[in-house]
Amino acid sequence: MVKISFEKLNSLFEKISEKYDLFVPTKKNDGQSYFEKWEQGKTVSDDLNTVRSAKDFFFPQHEDIVSFKLDGKNIEITDERREVRPFVMFGVRACDVRSFSILDKVFLSEPVDTFYKAKREKGIVISLACQKPSETCFCTTFGIDPTEPEGDIRAWKGNDCYYLEGVTEKGNALLSELSLEECDRTEVDAQIENTKKILDRLPLGKLDTDSFGGDKLKELFDSEKWASLSESCLGCGTCTFVCPTCQCYDIKDFETGHGVKRYRCWDSCMYSDFTKMAHGNPRLTQLERFRQRFMHKLVYFPANNSGEFGCVGCGRCLNKCPISMNIVKVMKTLKGEN
Amino acid sequence: MIEEVLIPKLGVVTDIRIDTPDVKTFRVVAPDGKKVFEHIPGQCAMLSIPGVGEAMFSITSSPTNTEFMEFSIKKCGCLTDWLHHMEVGQQVTIRGPYGNGFPVDTVFKGKNLLFIAGGIGLAPLRSVINYVRHYRDSYGTIDIVYGSRSMDDLVDYKEIINEWCVEEGVNVHLTIDREQEGWDGHVGFVPNYVKELGFDTNKTVIICGPPIMIKFTLAGLSELGFDKTQVFTTMELKMKCGVGKCGRCNIGSKYVCKDGPVFRCDELDELPNEY
Ligand code: SF4
Ligand code: SF4
Ligand code: FES
Repeated sequence: MVKISFEKLNSLFEKISEKYDLFVPTKKNDGQSYFEKWEQGKTVSDDLNTVRSAKDFFFPQHEDIVSFKLDGKNIEITDERREVRPFVMFGVRACDVRSFSILDKVFLSEPVDTFYKAKREKGIVISLACQKPSETCFCTTFGIDPTEPEGDIRAWKGNDCYYLEGVTEKGNALLSELSLEECDRTEVDAQIENTKKILDRLPLGKLDTDSFGGDKLKELFDSEKWASLSESCLGCGTCTFVCPTCQCYDIKDFETGHGVKRYRCWDSCMYSDFTKMAHGNPRLTQLERFRQRFMHKLVYFPANNSGEFGCVGCGRCLNKCPISMNIVKVMKTLKGEN
Repeated sequence: MIEEVLIPKLGVVTDIRIDTPDVKTFRVVAPDGKKVFEHIPGQCAMLSIPGVGEAMFSITSSPTNTEFMEFSIKKCGCLTDWLHHMEVGQQVTIRGPYGNGFPVDTVFKGKNLLFIAGGIGLAPLRSVINYVRHYRDSYGTIDIVYGSRSMDDLVDYKEIINEWCVEEGVNVHLTIDREQEGWDGHVGFVPNYVKELGFDTNKTVIICGPPIMIKFTLAGLSELGFDKTQVFTTMELKMKCGVGKCGRCNIGSKYVCKDGPVFRCDELDELPNEY
């Protein structure tokens, strides 16, 4: 384990920035945190959640796929993939780090999504342990340990320094480039113990997941509860856009004036035209769309991924839904607890 | 750079056949005149005109055709309208093949096959029919029940009459919904016709057509004693990526683009009724 004092953090970030694009969570004027490219004067926010999850780094809101030049009956196709500059993300929380391995299961399975893969290979994740998990956090429900997050390097914020520990080969390589001061784990261990006590008392920390999973497909799909659960859903899609594990996308063409650009962008299963075809729509009402989102996380994803759930308990959908609907309410209601 | 599935290849339309008032069949090859890629009967491809749209179509030609691929496309929206207006020589973009295809070299081998199609539903089956005709000795009897609104709406009519109907061991049963001048064949809906024909259950059934036709035909087949495990169908849902990643085409935990589009009917029963 190594450490870096708060005073020296800026020079460390400067050093990292020489070779990498460095991103850190910083507070904006709206009082909320966002990952931004680090530059002198930007400080690391202590907020647990950034408004937009860290999935943006690997699966951005939109990216170009190809461009076309049309000339009479002829078409010219140009690959729009770009070289990715190596980058480091500092301060990613345990829930968001786990979301990467969930996205990996989708984008790195055959046939590999080369857009995602290129970014994944060039990105180094420095995670940051949580000390004051909030009432809306329930990552522990899904077996995530926020005191010892995954990532290439994990970090803890101490009283006057950050502690860093290499996890993967990539992480260790970066750490050795930085040549930081060796130290012992005393403060870190004490912090972990302390945080664990808080985690034990979190209201949503140990939700029962036994009623969910791939083998519960029919009974959950046919539940009468979906009607009341989905009743007030606005279909705004906020929950899907802030969610670190939501990965649905659309492919669209854009006339640039001198050709056509094809790009992909986030889409939402909460939208009415998501599955609409020329001759009909299998999800006609918000009930079906709402059900799809939660069935995907709690049933379909585990069915295809050896039982792993498609939620990391980050709490974003609890904080952001305008009608205060969320996955926790859905789980509790389906189980008959609400 | 390594190949990316979302980046399409170029295709050239070398022939356009008018099948019905709203169906045309397009022949597509690569710019070098060769086939763009190989496929299994029942698989699909993403065709696109940049700036207009991209959509999934079943490949109607058989893989045994070594020269080109064909797509029978019904006019029903923006992209298909555009395709119907294009002329020979037009380039399109194409990517694929996608999906599982029919188990022509495993489950179907040595079986008596009964094909049932309605309207444009013949398009995906034509690939299988021509495949099994090509390897005729590997399969048992072949029956084809095909119906459409009218005589003019039968897709591939020429090929059916000139090739399928005259081939020994291939029984073609055509029907149209209503009486029509010049038609002396059967009149009536496909599900009823199948029951009238009263097939022996020693057959594997491959069915494709409008959902309502499939529903009633399945009921008829079950009356005749067929089991759902003997019946295969192919599904159509909205698609974008074609590779199980954009999250659009799932029925329960199955992605039609990747796990389908071909399903055995008992497998469909295991999935939520959302298609
Ligand atoms: S469903 Fe909600 S709590 Fe779960 S990962 Fe998505 S935004 Fe976070
Ligand atoms: S659940 Fe809430 S955030 Fe999600 S679409 Fe409905 S109203 Fe919007
Ligand atoms: S078309 Fe994208 S998941 Fe099937």
